[in-house]
Parts: sequence; structure tokens; C-alpha cells
Amino acid sequence: MATKASRSAARLMMAPAVILLLGWMLVPLIMTLWFSFRNYLPLRGGDLGFAGFDNYVRFVTSSSFWPAIGATLIIVVGALLITVLLGILLAILLDQPMWGQGIVRILVIAPFFVMPTVSGLVWKNMFLDSVNGLFAHVAKFFGATPVEWMIDKPFMSIILIVSWQWLPFATLILLTAIQSLDSEQLEAAEMDGAPALKRFWFITIPHLSRAITVVLLIETIFLLSIFAEIFVTTAGAFGTKTLTYLIFQRVLESQNVGLGSAGGVYAIILANIVAIFLMRIVGKNLDA
Amino acid sequence: MARAVTPRRKTINTALAWAVGLIIFFPILWTILTSFKTEGDAIAYPPKFLFFDWTLENYAIVQERSDYMRYLWNSVVIAGGSTLLGVVIAVPAAWSMAFVPSKRTKDILMWMLSTKMLPAVGVLYPIYLMFIKLGLLDTRIGLVIVLMLINLPIIVWMLYTYFKEIPGEILEAARMDGATLKSEILYVLTPMAVPGIASTILLNVILAWNEAFWTLNLTAAKAGPLTAFIASYSSPEGLFYAKLSAASTMAIAPILIMGWFSQKQLVRGLTFGAVK
Repeated sequence: MATKASRSAARLMMAPAVILLLGWMLVPLIMTLWFSFRNYLPLRGGDLGFAGFDNYVRFVTSSSFWPAIGATLIIVVGALLITVLLGILLAILLDQPMWGQGIVRILVIAPFFVMPTVSGLVWKNMFLDSVNGLFAHVAKFFGATPVEWMIDKPFMSIILIVSWQWLPFATLILLTAIQSLDSEQLEAAEMDGAPALKRFWFITIPHLSRAITVVLLIETIFLLSIFAEIFVTTAGAFGTKTLTYLIFQRVLESQNVGLGSAGGVYAIILANIVAIFLMRIVGKNLDA
Repeated sequence: MARAVTPRRKTINTALAWAVGLIIFFPILWTILTSFKTEGDAIAYPPKFLFFDWTLENYAIVQERSDYMRYLWNSVVIAGGSTLLGVVIAVPAAWSMAFVPSKRTKDILMWMLSTKMLPAVGVLYPIYLMFIKLGLLDTRIGLVIVLMLINLPIIVWMLYTYFKEIPGEILEAARMDGATLKSEILYVLTPMAVPGIASTILLNVILAWNEAFWTLNLTAAKAGPLTAFIASYSSPEGLFYAKLSAASTMAIAPILIMGWFSQKQLVRGLTFGAVK
């Protein structure tokens, strides 16, 4: 039914969005690539010429590179494990018949709508502070010594904050997937005498596998680039300098743009590896 | 779907789910409660839960000291402006992809999604530099543009999935009845598309409101939205829990309320239709 005229009209209607996104993607990307091959120090002489692959080599051989990769992995993997495992349990729980289901759902989802700077500062001060934090109060009540959470357990603290923010997302998506599970299948298994754990393992989990994959991939993309939660809590101290934070410091704080840009290219490559898997799943769904 | 269960089982479910829900919600509840305490009560041991002298003074102090209303207005302009601008650009694109699909429609959609995967920090300096050169640093218009571009892929995708659900037969029927393209769009499509557009706006305002990479890096005192305002509490002086709580409560309250209305859109908007 599409005529020639409507086709060109369609192209015209798509043009603004396509052109804007193309510019948004290409211009900064090309600039980052360009800077990554320059010896560019805006505060110390400006552009000091071609640097070859020096920045790329220096970025990975600097003493902060591997710790940053380690910190990134610990935070991403830690938060993924917690949100997915608790998310599955929580989704199953919320799927059960109960009173006030709607209100419980609202309570569980709420943290997702809290801006990152608020959750970072509220957790850091009002819960994890070793003098006045609620956790310290609880420790005192039981006669234990309060922990300096942000200093002695910085990863646990940040994983806790980030997991609190992302658990609602995992739960909501897994709940959506569970609700599409055919309950007759479960009931049939129950009548055949399959115990609850087996029903969970052989029916629920396989049904959820795609939703779990989607949660893992989307969260990974977002978690790789968490910034504000670290900016307002440790500011990269106590070993919590992630790859994103390291690049931010190189580029804006020490203004070594060449070096930071090379780091940026690494970050882009890393994110794209994850993105390819996600795009495959989304693409398959688009065909169906 | 409601399965038949024993009342006992239902009671256990309810108790367990409410307990978990309250634990997860507790930090927010605690923040709201603390915002009504005096600074002394805010750090009292043992902690005071409900029996303290309720006061509104923190809200007054926060507004007075840091001009909260200006940050709030910046947030409203930046989140609202970027979303509306994005919708204006995305509606025609999504409309044409949904109703006049071509061989390349899928590729274009996938490519748009891929731009969303670009880590912000990878292009931080180029954007920063452009902002300096164009005089956009610490301006609301600069952030409106950046946040619009960041959320444009999500807006196009969401609108596309909503438009796809409008049955094509209705359009054909309208055409048979002699409707012109203009009246077709105006009287047939638009009324059916309004709920989808509204949901898209809702979710994207939330995302823009809470965005905290570009807003922290590209603004200072003048155009800073609430994310930046709250970040200024990371190096406080003296007792500040009650004031931090009041500021936080004011920053998250509007979005919490909007968020509760957009639970369904959250799944659609953030999984790009990969989970149904």
C-alpha cells in the first residue's frame, strides 16, 4: 500500500532523527579517536603533536589501569549477582497471590526512581557512616564496633548502593517474564508430584532464561558507566576508581586529554562487546 | 492470574512480601522522616523513628541557603525540554517506520539503539570542548540538547512499539471513506497514539531528571539541576543529615510519584521490547 510518494515522505520524516543521531555518534567519536593519537595537554602547552599509539600503551601500562579494571569488575559482577539472584526470588514472591500486591510492588520499585546522587549520599551518610549512621547504631546496640564502611569496605558499600538502585529493575523485568509463564504447565508438574524446587529449576528458570540474559546485558551496560554514585561517595578513593572514573579524572581533572581519550576508546570497545550480544537478542525479537 | 491457594499460604506470602517491600523502601522512608527532624534528632541514639518534634525548618533552611527553587526550575526545564524536543523529532520518525516500513527500517532501529550503548565517558572531552567553544557550558539549552540526544533512541523505540500496535486495517478503512493523509493523521492516528506518546514522555522525563553524568560534568552554579544540587552535599560542614534529607525528599518526590505511574512503560522502554 506504500506508494512512491509516501516512501519519500517517510524518508523525510525520518531524516531529522537520523541526522541528529548520526552527528551525535560520529562527531564526538571521531574527535576522541583524533585526540587519542595526539599528545594533547590543554593546560600544559596544548596540542604537542602526533603521539602514535603512545597514549594507548601508556594507558594500559599505568599503575592505575589494572586496579581500575579490577574495581570495575568487582562492582559490576557483584551488583549483577545480587540483583539477578534477589530479583528472581523477589519476582517469584511478588507473583504469588497476596493482599496489597500493588502497594508492595510500588515499595519494591521505588529505589529505581531515586536519583544517583541522592542514593549515594543518603546511604553514605545516614546508613554507612561509622558514627551517626544507622548501621553503626545497630552495631552499637549489639555491642559491636561500628565499621568504617566507606573506608574499610568500600566495594561492599558501593555494591550495596548500586544493587539497591538496580534490584527494582531486575525484579520488574523478571516479574513481567514470570507472569507470561503458563501456569497450567506448573500445575501439571505439581499434579505429577514434582517438588517445588524441581518445578522452579526445570520450568521457571528455563522460562526466565531470556529475561535474565536481557537483565544481565542491560545492567552491564549501565553499570560499566556508573559515575555519580562514586563521585559523591568515595570520589575514586579507597580503591574504588573504576575505568569510567579513571578516564574522567584523566580527561577533566588532570586534563591529559590524549591519555584519557585512549582510555575512552578502550571503554567504547568494551561497551560494544556487551552491546553486540544485547543487540542480537533485541534483533531476533524484532523479527518475531 | 489468580491461582487458588489456601488462606494460610496467602497470609504467609503477604507477610513475607510486605516485609521485603518495607526493607527495600526503608532508606526512602527514613530520608523522608529525617527531613522532618531537628539536626539533633536526626543523629540521636537510639534512633527516633516517629516520636520526635516534627519540624519543617529544614525545608525553609534548604530553600533559603541554596536557592532550591532555581535548581528545581533547572531540572524542570532540562528534563521537560529535552523530552518534548525529543518527542517532536521522534514522532515523525517512529510514525514512518511503523506505517511505511522499508527493508532498512529494522537496521535503522538497531543502529539507533546502538548509539545508546556508547559510554558517555568515552566522548566526555569532545562534548566538553564543543560546549566551551559554543558557549554552552553551564547553560540549560546545552543540557536540553545533550539529554535529548541521549534519550532520542529510547523515545523512537518506545513510540515505534506503540505505533506498531495501532492496527493497519483502521487506516485502510479511513482511506476507503475518503480520508486525506492530513485528516487520517489528525483524526484517526493521533487519538490512538496519545496514550503511547504520554507514556513515552513520562518515562523519559524520569530518565532525564535522574541523569547524573552530563548534568554533573557540564553544569556549575547557574544551570545545575537537582542532581548537581544534591551533589553539593558531598562536602558538608557541621550537622547536615536533616537538611540533606529535606533536599533529597524534594528532589525525588515528584519523580517517585511519576515513576509509580510508569511501571509498565519502564519494562517496555528499557528493554527495547526484548521482554514482553
